[in-house]
Amino acid sequence: MSLTESEVAHVALLARLGLSDIERARLGAQLDVILEHIARLNEVDTSTVAETAQIGGLLNVWREDEPRPALGAEAALGNAPARDGDYFKVGAIQE
Amino acid sequence: MSAAWAGRSVAECAAGLRSGEVTAGELLAAARAQVDAHDARLGTVLSRMDDLAERQASSADRTLRETPDRAGPLCGIPVALKDVLCVEGVETTAGSRILSGFRPPYTATSVLRLLDAGAVPVVKTNCDEFAMGSSNENSGFRPVRNPWDPGRVPGGSSGGSAAAVAAGMVPASLGTDTGGSIRQPAALCGVVGFKPTYGRVSRYGLIAFASSLDQIGPFAHTVADVAEVYMVIAGHDPLDSTSSPRAVGDITSELGRGVEGMRLGVPREYFAAGLEAGVRTAVEAALEVYRGLGATLHEVSLPSTEVALSAYYVVAPAECSSNLARYDGVRQGMRKDRDTLLQSYLDTRDSGFGAEVKRRVMLGTYALSSGYYDAYYRKAQKVRTVIAAEFDQVFDSVDALVCPTSPVVAFPLGAREDPLSMYLCDALTLPVNMAGLPGISLPCGFSEGLPVGLQVITPLFEDGRCLRVAAAYQAATDWHVRRSPLLEAA
Repeated sequence: MSLTESEVAHVALLARLGLSDIERARLGAQLDVILEHIARLNEVDTSTVAETAQIGGLLNVWREDEPRPALGAEAALGNAPARDGDYFKVGAIQE
Repeated sequence: MSAAWAGRSVAECAAGLRSGEVTAGELLAAARAQVDAHDARLGTVLSRMDDLAERQASSADRTLRETPDRAGPLCGIPVALKDVLCVEGVETTAGSRILSGFRPPYTATSVLRLLDAGAVPVVKTNCDEFAMGSSNENSGFRPVRNPWDPGRVPGGSSGGSAAAVAAGMVPASLGTDTGGSIRQPAALCGVVGFKPTYGRVSRYGLIAFASSLDQIGPFAHTVADVAEVYMVIAGHDPLDSTSSPRAVGDITSELGRGVEGMRLGVPREYFAAGLEAGVRTAVEAALEVYRGLGATLHEVSLPSTEVALSAYYVVAPAECSSNLARYDGVRQGMRKDRDTLLQSYLDTRDSGFGAEVKRRVMLGTYALSSGYYDAYYRKAQKVRTVIAAEFDQVFDSVDALVCPTSPVVAFPLGAREDPLSMYLCDALTLPVNMAGLPGISLPCGFSEGLPVGLQVITPLFEDGRCLRVAAAYQAATDWHVRRSPLLEAA
């Protein structure tokens, strides 16, 4: 199994990774080798097996829906690269 | 004074604090002196917690002086924290440039419990970026080097936490283990590293890598020491919905009960090709020690051991690609400002993440992308069920498994450039994460002058039995009192 250049570019965009051409080519080749190794999964018969959802056997963990003190805007914004009042500031979303 | 305490165990430091031979302030000074002496060479530390450490040390000294009966076993003990654990106001980077300057607004539950117990957090330790790696060469800042031979890697991803203990900077530290990231560096650095059952230690405040596999656990020189740290950090936390509500129990009372009459399984697949001869020799000698202690040895088979690597390298990257989607330069860390938000995302993540993180994000995104989910993630989670069932079945006939931790001893920096050869370092540890089981690595000898680790694995929630089997070995041997050459020279 081998990834085409456009597949690598598509996955990089999905992953929001702006890779250079050289990096894209190198990653593509490395992913091919890893995916080939991963293909061994198909040697295991799992036709009668359910997938693992929670390894410790926990099911539906609930808590009461009660109000509690929150972090607060100042603390939440404390690491913001840019802010405008009580908001995170980002670049234009539309061109 | 500092040389006298560097390399001592938690129990020895605790005894010294109680007898008045040393104070918490002096232990902290000794820890800092050891960091100052060796960190430039070893690359162990990412940041220091001087203010917090001083407050904790003086508070511990007050407790020890005024209300000594309220001082627990960790009161006044210097500790190091892997830099994936959030500490309020202290720079926490997970070894990644994308989180440079990030100061978390809250503290991880495991760290809070250490603070409540009076421990003194000295440094945040270097690690592979977002805990992805087996050699600590993937840190976004600098590699960590092995105290036994600085030309070699300490293992990873918690290499800084393992090396900090091996270099005598602190008697105990916290790391995290997603595919072997506590046990493998413990093996390569000649210390004890314990990965508890998944869900035993709250992950609240832990920077996530692969949430269904990540587990926090301790490093120290002895099994008794890791047990003390485990007792402090384990237990249910309402802030982590995957933390187990089961009672932890007092496992320290189990430690001395020995292994007489115990059935120990030796999984054939863990001694297969790829195991270095020196590692095999040391581990086989350890098995004879157990026989001498009255345990019986039984060869068992875990046929899916090899395919577990394939399943792991779907599950872990898939979860990592999802968890790391949050690093977009909007809420914290570095940002590349561009004309459009999309371009800012692309460039921020391109320059903020290192090669291994990008590789895993790409792999995981591919495995989760439309049309591939069933073939990869769902299939891998089914194989995971098969792996867990094999362990279950084996534990019908044996009480614990004993085997090597790492197939190899510490290797030179740069020796494993090929990603797949690096992934194989965790071949004997990651099946344990896939099944959620407790596992421990403890020193069991040397090969070519480098430490070898023995791994003990027990059933889910049998953390006490895991520690008990390991403690029995240490009671009969003295590998755990050996120290790295830089401590012996001091």
